[in-house]
Amino acid sequence: MRSVSVDLNHDASLLIDIPDALCERDKVKFTVHTKTTLSSFQKPEFSVPRQHEDFIWLHDTLVETEDYAGLIIPPAPPKPDFESPREKMHKLGEGEATMTKDEYTKMKQELEAEYLAVFKKTVQVHEVFLQRLSSHPTLSKDRNFQIFLEYDQDLSVRRKNAKEMFGGFFKNMVKSADEVLISGIKEVDDFFEQEKTFLLDYYSKIKDSTAKAEKMTRAHKNIADDYIHVSATLNSLSADDSTANKNRYLSSSVSLQKVEGRVASDQELKLTELLRYYMRDIQAAKDLLYRRARALADYENSNKALDKARLKSKDIPQAEEHQQHCLQKFDKLSESGKKELTSFKGRRVVAFRKNLIEMAELEIKHAKVSSTLQPTCVRLFVYS
Amino acid sequence: MAASSDRNPPPFPATEEPGAGPSDMADGDSDEGEDIFSNPVAVSRGVSQPDRVNEEPPDLFSEEEEASSTPAKSNGVHSDEDNDLFAEAHVELSTDKPGSSDRKELSSSSGLRPASSFTQSPAAMQPTSLEQLEEDEAKDSFDVDVAVTNPEKVGDGMNAYVAYKVSTRTSLPMFRSKAFTVRRRYSDFLGLYEKLSVKQSLLGCIIPPPPEKSVVGMTKVKVGMDDPSSVEFVERRRAALERYLQRVVSHPSLLQDPDVREFLEREELPRAVSTQALSGAGFLKMINKASDAVNKMTIKMNESDTWFEDKFQEVENEEQQLRKLHALVDSLVNHRKELCGNTAVFAKSMAMLGNSEDNTALSRALSQLAEVEDKMEQLHQEQAASDFFIFEELLADYIRLLGAMRGCFDQRMRAWQRWQEAQSTLQKKREAEAKLLWANKPDKLQQAKDEITEWEARVTQYERDFDRVGMTVRKEVLRFEKEKAKDFKSQIIKYLEAMLQSQQRLIKFWEAFLPEAKAIA
Repeated sequence: MRSVSVDLNHDASLLIDIPDALCERDKVKFTVHTKTTLSSFQKPEFSVPRQHEDFIWLHDTLVETEDYAGLIIPPAPPKPDFESPREKMHKLGEGEATMTKDEYTKMKQELEAEYLAVFKKTVQVHEVFLQRLSSHPTLSKDRNFQIFLEYDQDLSVRRKNAKEMFGGFFKNMVKSADEVLISGIKEVDDFFEQEKTFLLDYYSKIKDSTAKAEKMTRAHKNIADDYIHVSATLNSLSADDSTANKNRYLSSSVSLQKVEGRVASDQELKLTELLRYYMRDIQAAKDLLYRRARALADYENSNKALDKARLKSKDIPQAEEHQQHCLQKFDKLSESGKKELTSFKGRRVVAFRKNLIEMAELEIKHAKVSSTLQPTCVRLFVYS
Repeated sequence: MAASSDRNPPPFPATEEPGAGPSDMADGDSDEGEDIFSNPVAVSRGVSQPDRVNEEPPDLFSEEEEASSTPAKSNGVHSDEDNDLFAEAHVELSTDKPGSSDRKELSSSSGLRPASSFTQSPAAMQPTSLEQLEEDEAKDSFDVDVAVTNPEKVGDGMNAYVAYKVSTRTSLPMFRSKAFTVRRRYSDFLGLYEKLSVKQSLLGCIIPPPPEKSVVGMTKVKVGMDDPSSVEFVERRRAALERYLQRVVSHPSLLQDPDVREFLEREELPRAVSTQALSGAGFLKMINKASDAVNKMTIKMNESDTWFEDKFQEVENEEQQLRKLHALVDSLVNHRKELCGNTAVFAKSMAMLGNSEDNTALSRALSQLAEVEDKMEQLHQEQAASDFFIFEELLADYIRLLGAMRGCFDQRMRAWQRWQEAQSTLQKKREAEAKLLWANKPDKLQQAKDEITEWEARVTQYERDFDRVGMTVRKEVLRFEKEKAKDFKSQIIKYLEAMLQSQQRLIKFWEAFLPEAKAIA
């Protein structure tokens, strides 16, 4: 169970996972594997290759579907980012001449581990996205979702062409104007009023925490790297040392760097990822609020229009119909929105709990390991 | 750290040996050590971090205390703490009691910080006969211990300086009393070094170099001693001066030197003026100038003994490696300081998030997490101090010491050179005599004969000097290597121990947090 989210992939009627992925230069090819008992699918079990852009297409399609306006659309997985390890690998290659062979090997191993961690993370985050969809009662039935899972040809034909992209971009632009709209709206419903206040505040706080957590993790990684260099130099120092302190220096410095490296990556995985994920999720919840506020604005506008029509005694039935339509939309949004936000709360709390527990347990585990390693090192030193 | 004057020490199964004095010193030293390195065990007992320089560390050497007249008492005081310390260690690290008695005996060994820090290591060490031997050896050689404490700013503005308390405890008869204290300033230490480094009697000896001058550091202190970087600077200097003095007194030849005695004993020292040359860069320049002079020698030395050549090469290599390592550890210290800052900032952010959270249990857990991260920041701070004061400064010391060692090799070369030059002068005088004989000038002949006798004496003298310097250098190198091994070993042990303590506290913090996380509903 490596994901930050919980309660996913339990429903046997539709099980999705990403069992493996290939990394080709910039592109990652995910293998999406589905097992289902639903008759809506052609086969009970199948796999398709998908790229990151396919996931984005699916996400955007769902966002733009009016029927889902009252739902929290799971946040799109971020683009796989191998920039950091790749840059480091490049620097390492350049600096190879200045390092000892041992140092170079260790640095390379560290980098490979980092690369692997980024890889695992991106697979996980893409997998979670699909699992969120499959465990949602409404979204799991979406036609495009089905196509995504099943269609065994390349999806690029269906992906956004330039015009659609512009449309999406336009929608994003309008949305930010909606943020002003949201805060200005007079909320009649207590629940939504509270949610609005809470989510807006929480979002800014969690965004801040995510950034600070990332900085902390980076500093930890720097220290781990430093220990590699220190241990390498210590080793070459004791290579000349006739009193053969070599093994002692070696073992102690290795234990040091291992601990620092492990702590850094665990912290990254549990805490930072948790924060990052929920930052995006809260953004998705906010989007729901915006859509609802928009619907409310529309409804209010339609009321005004109806009044105007009544005054002018012109086009009253259209205006009435329009008003009804807006009201229905708004009510539907409010109803499903309430459900979604309530379950979101529960989901968030459970996810935090799980990850905080795991993080604490890992910190304890690593500290215990190193505190058994170190007396051994001390003993080795004493008996020189 | 409780002030020793306040405590009524329990009957301590006291060390009866004459080393009672030095054992205090060692303990006292480790006291200082604990102050600086923020002994985590002390901290876990709820003692605040004693890293402000203005705070008076438990001063076992101050003559005002009654403790000074009864060494056993203060010894008891400290050992009482040490017993407690050890009891704690017992719980955490499964020390067995027999270890503590070893600890006491070890504490009476050499006054060098390394030995005293060695005593702090909990019973990861089992008593062995080898260690007994080492202690006995150490006990015999060193019966004096010094401490440098209480930096105080004297005066104001640009003429201000920092005065340190130099306390000595000894059983040696050559000193006026058993325990005494003087006040010294940095230039006094430099002055001592200058005097020692030009003495003929100490030719070939590795004179420990004092810490470098720092205009920037001192200016900040002169202006005001309050900000953390000034505090750190003064602490760093104090610790370095203490190690410097300890190395000086643990050297048998230097200890005998009257200038050293005067430095330790005399109330008022004449102000040392010619210390301009001894800034960090200046010291290096001095060493390198000497090396250059040697390289420019016209007569190339025919090294009959490859030992010197090989050793010199070794020293140069090692110095290079240590420099590299020093730079890396410096980077480590800086990154850790960065981590401190980032963690503190993150903790605040977490606290804010906890406040925003509407689920009560989760909110509490997040606030707890913020507190844990705060504690982590403190751990990181301590670790950074440990990185710096234990590890980095050790490397800095040895880089300077290796430089001093290179200087000794150069001294030997110059002694050889002087001998060779004398020999060639003698040769010339002999040729001159022969010429005079031939030219038959009896009056000038006598003079020539006198000169020959004079130069023959000189040649003999310089040859003897050269041999003596060579022997001294050999002895010094061997002694140095032994000391260095001991020093590195004990410092690295200390470093690892600090880390170990840190890890254990970390475990405690997270174990306290875990139930909070589990309570989220």
